[in-house]
Amino acid sequence: MAVAARKTKAPAPAKPAAKPAKARSAKAAGEGASAAPSNIPVFSKDEDLHAYREMLLIRRFEEKAGQMYGMGLIGGFCHLYIGQEAVVVGMQMASKEGDQVITGYRDHGHMLACGMESRGVMAELTGRQGGYSRGKGGSMHMFSREKNFYGGHGIVGAQVSLGTGLGFANWYREDGRVSLAYFGDGAANQGQVYESFNMAQLWKLPVVFVIENNRYAMGTSVNRASAQTDFSRRGVSFGIPGEQVDGMDVRAVRDAATRAIDHARSGKGPYILEMQTYRYRGHSMSDPAKYRSKDEVQRMREEHDPIEQVRGRLTREFKVGEDELKAIDAKVREIVNDAAEFATHDPEPDVSELFTDILLEPAKA
Amino acid sequence: MPIDILMPALSPTMEQGKLSKWLKAEGDSVKAGDIIAEIETDKATMEVEAVDEGILAKILIADGTENVAVNTPIGVIAAEGEDVKAAASGGAGQSDKPAATSPQAAQSAPPAATGEAPKVAAAPKAESAVANPPATAKSYDASSEFPAGAEIVSMTVREALRDAMAEEMRRDGDVFVMGEEVAEYQGAYKVTQGLLQEFGPKRVIDTPITEHGFAGIGVGAALTGLKPIVEFMTFNFAMQAIDQIINSAAKTLYMSGGQMGCPIVFRGPNGAAARVGAQHSHDYAAWYSNIPGLKVVAPYSASDAKGLLKSAIRDPNPIIFLENEILYGRSFDVPKGDDILVPIGKAKVVRPGKDVTIVSFSIGMTYALAAAEALAKEGIDAEVIDLRTIRPMDIETVIASVQKTHRCVAVEEGFPQSGVTAEIGMKIMEAAFDYLDAPVARVTGKDVPMPYAANLEKLALPNVGEVIAAAKAVCYR
Repeated sequence: MAVAARKTKAPAPAKPAAKPAKARSAKAAGEGASAAPSNIPVFSKDEDLHAYREMLLIRRFEEKAGQMYGMGLIGGFCHLYIGQEAVVVGMQMASKEGDQVITGYRDHGHMLACGMESRGVMAELTGRQGGYSRGKGGSMHMFSREKNFYGGHGIVGAQVSLGTGLGFANWYREDGRVSLAYFGDGAANQGQVYESFNMAQLWKLPVVFVIENNRYAMGTSVNRASAQTDFSRRGVSFGIPGEQVDGMDVRAVRDAATRAIDHARSGKGPYILEMQTYRYRGHSMSDPAKYRSKDEVQRMREEHDPIEQVRGRLTREFKVGEDELKAIDAKVREIVNDAAEFATHDPEPDVSELFTDILLEPAKA
Repeated sequence: MPIDILMPALSPTMEQGKLSKWLKAEGDSVKAGDIIAEIETDKATMEVEAVDEGILAKILIADGTENVAVNTPIGVIAAEGEDVKAAASGGAGQSDKPAATSPQAAQSAPPAATGEAPKVAAAPKAESAVANPPATAKSYDASSEFPAGAEIVSMTVREALRDAMAEEMRRDGDVFVMGEEVAEYQGAYKVTQGLLQEFGPKRVIDTPITEHGFAGIGVGAALTGLKPIVEFMTFNFAMQAIDQIINSAAKTLYMSGGQMGCPIVFRGPNGAAARVGAQHSHDYAAWYSNIPGLKVVAPYSASDAKGLLKSAIRDPNPIIFLENEILYGRSFDVPKGDDILVPIGKAKVVRPGKDVTIVSFSIGMTYALAAAEALAKEGIDAEVIDLRTIRPMDIETVIASVQKTHRCVAVEEGFPQSGVTAEIGMKIMEAAFDYLDAPVARVTGKDVPMPYAANLEKLALPNVGEVIAAAKAVCYR
């Protein structure tokens, strides 16, 4: 998404924009039925601790990336995932080894959740040789074949067709894998998304479409861009089931993800999850976010923060002490600081890298 | 007045066909709309429908006759009240009236390039819609590359492409073909004929009409290591998908620091066919040749089509494989064998000569070869080079030739600005300026959207005369 800061003169965002996301099943949509959060299986202490650590790593990593951008160490575009951590962490808690992940340009969180090394991700952000793409991809273009992370794509919506292709490969190989294709509320209006929906359902491909609805496509709120703002219904004309999910609650995400992934893995075809989430930062580092009120952001942070929800449960329900949580915090900070340190001092790619990786050498016949 | 029934043209490029079956006998009465015969083109079997009423007085071309040229009278209809005998004896060739037939799709087989049901009037064509009569394939010599002892068979480009895919699909289970009408329809241009029957619906996949989406799906599958062959019904339609081709297929290897190769072939007819207008006639060779991360192949002969497509399928990179609809039906010598490959990135001197180098590719070779033959009669000995691959371009072969001839004419059907021939000219200037005795000349398609009218289309395309004139100009003759 190669667009610089856009100072919008649009009218103030519609008031209801800040209402908390409500979880409900799309299959019951329209009847006003809503799956009560109480239906969602609770997490064990270990699960909450895992989610806490994973989300905190993303949060601290992104905060550090923001700082390093400010220091001029990271160039170009840098889209932070802060606020949306529960989505990818909950999805990963429901996925299996071998399942693929593909997303757009707001991809740092997905890479960390897939188990990619903080050092390699941060060094790619700084354009160094130790980056996942050896400094040749940058923030929006990183991959790990080892971790089944297929990018990192800068063209809005392209990852949806590509992710459907990953599902196609699973179908072709009959290997029981599921492709998780993430995209935003903005990408959800691209034509190729619906071309992909059609073929995914036609061929019953194992792919879960995860729409991260953070309410703004860059600076355009969903109700200014979308005729149908219930994104879980975007597959209705293809017969693809969908759900709206409270994407700020990692338990709700994991619960819905389990249903969706099971559906896809069992050969029933694709599934759509609309994750109702929120990004605290601007679209990219150069976005002053004038299109929404500070109150709206503040309310989401205070009332729906995904990490605070888990932290609260850990202290209240599992009686995890402040010391233990602080130890986790310290460990996460250590990982992030180490990554930042590495990414600051790692050398730039050798100039010989300019002309490598353009084509592969064919195997000798 | 007896009416001739003429052999109808049932596709934009059809020049002849087989009269497979008469459904009416001599003496039968015929009403407008009756199906009177079946005709087999290179693409499909079509029914011929009577337009006029009367008695089928005489059948001029018997059942099963092959290679019946378009516009040949195939029968005579006597109008009501006319003397059938007289009509039968004097019918053929007498009438200047337009053909009394109109075709109707028998197997819902439209001319692929338009995607619509055919409503092709079988009116006489004033002249061939192809701007130049085809050069005879025999003037093209690829045999020096054939393996010693290989059996040589005559084969159309269409069959060669089909065999290349079938052989590679037998060899490697990761290879599959997807696209519009590739399976049950047997290929819009019959290039995938028989593949569904041999490999089944999982490996020969009919897609909806959704180029952007299925190109992306193909690229995604390729990123996991599968080897898709994505057929575009024409490269004109690949414009819908060019984002996935360039931004995803071509760039991902680099952007991933070498982790994510994309072994995919995008193939289909490219460039002008005949009388299909601006949106179905565009030559995209120059577009794709601009992109690092792609290889671009554009064969002329059947042996190159087969050998290069096999190389493309085995290549670990994204390949743009540009075919040409007019060439599909041309026959060439092809060596038999499953492992006869033509390397990507190697041009070929197909006609040695000493006075001027003519370099071209794909259908441009028809102009180049015909011009070389005509020039020989005037004492100019032209060397003809078939580039075969546009990217990476084997400029060394061209340079070596120019160092010998000191003169060069580059020929393509694409537009002149930023074209493949512009690139050839620049590369020669960079590498062999001191060898040139004349500026490099080029013959290209004209700088206009392709017109529909036959005369204008002919003018818009390059022709043999232009190549001859350019060669003479650089020879100062």
